[in-house]
Amino acid sequence: MMLVDVLCAVLLIAGAVFFLAGTLGLLRFPDVYTRLHALTKADNVGLGLMMAGLALQAGSWAVVGKLLLIWLLVLLAGASVAHLVASGALKRGIRLWKR
Amino acid sequence: MQTLYLALAVFLLLNLGAGMWRVLRGPSAADRMLAAQLFGTTAVAILLLLAQAHGNAALRDVALLFALLAAVTAVAFVRRAWEQGASDDAG
Repeated sequence: MMLVDVLCAVLLIAGAVFFLAGTLGLLRFPDVYTRLHALTKADNVGLGLMMAGLALQAGSWAVVGKLLLIWLLVLLAGASVAHLVASGALKRGIRLWKR
Repeated sequence: MQTLYLALAVFLLLNLGAGMWRVLRGPSAADRMLAAQLFGTTAVAILLLLAQAHGNAALRDVALLFALLAAVTAVAFVRRAWEQGASDDAG
């Protein structure tokens, strides 16, 4: 195995761990705001790490550019979803979780 | 490397399956929408892994489309489909 392959595998597995964290947060956290926090951050970081791993193996700059574009689009979607859903939930009277 | 790509794709698919529980459980429409968002992000990752594993560049375009649609669905949900007062039962 070459060094690039090892680095790629490490990045991909780290990304998968972040995805697992995001799913666990979605399942375990108590209200919609905390779930938003887990989902929109952890998943986007996980996807970014996977992108970095795949970009190492991509072979051409066009593919790297496309991966970057996809990641930026997902980031944009995540950020707008977090804001819209959180403010919509507040407006509709969903209460914040208190211990 | 190919084994790793495919193993990770299966792992992410299991993540998706776990996320289905939140869709079933709710309790509010927003929680179901969040699960849909999880599906979008994870599907992008799975498609990119498969594109790399099988050398099929067209799957990257599918992933790009999913990323675009993820933004549009959520905005459409918040602006149009999420009725006032329908989700007040959330704990």
